[in-house]
Amino acid sequence: MFAFIVRRIIQATVVMLVIGFIGFSVKHQLGDPVRDLVGISVSIEEREALRQELGLNDSFLVQYGRFLKNAMHGDLGYSFFYKRPALDVIFDKAPATIELVFAASLIILLISVPVGLYSAIYPKRFFSKFAMGVSIVGVSIPVFLTAIVLIYVFAVQLHWLPSYGRGETVDVFGWESGLLTIDGLRHLVLPSIALSSIMLPLFIRLIRSEMMEVLETEYIKYAWAKGLSRRRIWMVHAFKNTLLPVITVGGVQLGILIAFTILTETVFQWQGMGFMFLEAVERSDTALLVAYLVVVGALFVVVNTVVDIIYGLINPTVTVASR
Amino acid sequence: MALLEVKNLEVSFALRHGDLVALNDVSFTLDKRERLGVVGESGAGKSVTGFAVINLISKPGRITKGEILFDGKRLDQFSEHEMRSIRGNHISMIFQDPMMTLNPVLTVGTQMVETLRAHRKISKAEAEKIAIKKLELVHIPSPERRLSQYPHEFSGGMRQRIIIAIALLTDPAIIIADEPTTALDVTIQAEIMDLLLELCDAQDMALMLITHDLGVVAEVTERVMVMYAGKVIETAKTIDLVRNPRHPYTKGLINALPGHGECDQENRLQQIPGTMPNLTEIAPGCSFHPRCDYCQDICRSTVPELRQIGESKERWVSCHLVGKGQL
Repeated sequence: MFAFIVRRIIQATVVMLVIGFIGFSVKHQLGDPVRDLVGISVSIEEREALRQELGLNDSFLVQYGRFLKNAMHGDLGYSFFYKRPALDVIFDKAPATIELVFAASLIILLISVPVGLYSAIYPKRFFSKFAMGVSIVGVSIPVFLTAIVLIYVFAVQLHWLPSYGRGETVDVFGWESGLLTIDGLRHLVLPSIALSSIMLPLFIRLIRSEMMEVLETEYIKYAWAKGLSRRRIWMVHAFKNTLLPVITVGGVQLGILIAFTILTETVFQWQGMGFMFLEAVERSDTALLVAYLVVVGALFVVVNTVVDIIYGLINPTVTVASR
Repeated sequence: MALLEVKNLEVSFALRHGDLVALNDVSFTLDKRERLGVVGESGAGKSVTGFAVINLISKPGRITKGEILFDGKRLDQFSEHEMRSIRGNHISMIFQDPMMTLNPVLTVGTQMVETLRAHRKISKAEAEKIAIKKLELVHIPSPERRLSQYPHEFSGGMRQRIIIAIALLTDPAIIIADEPTTALDVTIQAEIMDLLLELCDAQDMALMLITHDLGVVAEVTERVMVMYAGKVIETAKTIDLVRNPRHPYTKGLINALPGHGECDQENRLQQIPGTMPNLTEIAPGCSFHPRCDYCQDICRSTVPELRQIGESKERWVSCHLVGKGQL
């Protein structure tokens, strides 16, 4: 376990260095911080002096080195728009995004597992064929369309649910949570459904096909020959084996889900990192963009590590230490 | 009355263009403590016969005709729920490949305990005690420790021993072993076969041994049934069949064994020309006639019946020519 953690930290460091490099290159190439800082009345000489002062005339490598040094100290730059350190801004926005991703993952989990298993066990039943048909359609509908349709039906026409914002939130030790109030939860419903709609069909189909494959194996046939109950064969013998590939793919997909929050949050005006990112792009707030890249990169690494540990716990042929 | 009696069993696979008959009019009996060999090439219907007994034929296959009587009860009419109390309880199965048979993500202990608890109302601790006893029977060292291990921590031979131990858990009346040694090393094959034989004797179990290996059949079984293209073509006492095969196909099988027939060091092993037909294209008349050296007109037109031949009541052959001065 110790070796595993050490190896993971080394891997994470490499990944973060690469992300940092990409982030910095973007920052270096995009926009002109001086132009954003000063008004039109500032003369060219004064601009040049400011440039010198900010170190913008140094070579790429020197600037990168400075960037890394600052990043180690938790300083990823200063947001021109918010007039605050970029990392602080991100940490303010992160809870909203993480709660949205969490809710979407929960929906995916709670629906894809039973539907996937059912349609693998009874592939010829009407419900299974229906679920497969719907999932094909679902895979092909872009998330912003799903979001707009959801808003139109449940917010505009039926007035059941709010269409934008996070609603009432509660501060829990600095974490701004919308999960603890009825209003916050009501606001969460539509965005999380929209976000889950991209991955849900994929997971249903994945679980179904893996489960069907497992049901054909010798050890399942053997389990029948031992006279076990159907419940035990499906839920213990088959499901546990189905989970292994699903967890592997699921870990990667969860990361992609974070990326998809950009679209969902924009449509629902959800005050999270994704929404902030799009605004930062429009404002050329490069420090914020870089900080977003680094934080999401770090999130990816953490999620993948957790997934690897879970995988090791379920699959006895893999010891976590050897991964 | 025989412990297991199969009468005129027909198994069909429902395919898009109609039913494919995999077993055709298969009848046999298995007495208490008897050891029966089922021999044939791949696709002859051996395994299907074994699985049909516990009504566990892979879909879309099903029993379409015939009766299966176990202890006088019609298994073929049992509900799925009733059948579950037979499988792994009164009739246990041993599968071909021990590397594929045990569930990779469950411990050996779990897989043993669940089998016992599916059929007996006992606690986990009691079940573990029985499991340990059975593991000792199959010579697994330090069984208490082994219970908490996963299948991948055992070698192939060890796994097959564990599977035999699982088969023994409920003290079944019959063990159906489907090619139990085919996937193992030759040296381990003999070990496993001896163990199985010894245990069947000691525990008063009947054995239905499905194999393509006539050598194993000759060593282990008392009676043998030869199958070809979904039919029984010859049954006899093992010793009679090996010494004096009557059906041309059985003769071919025996001659194909090293050290039998006209084979010596200079000669190559004899083989039966051709291959067994696909079940969709079985020839009319005797299904073996396209490969038979003795084929005559009647063989091409008329399906032969399984008839009793000679003095022994055990010897039945399905061939027009046998016993009529021609063969």
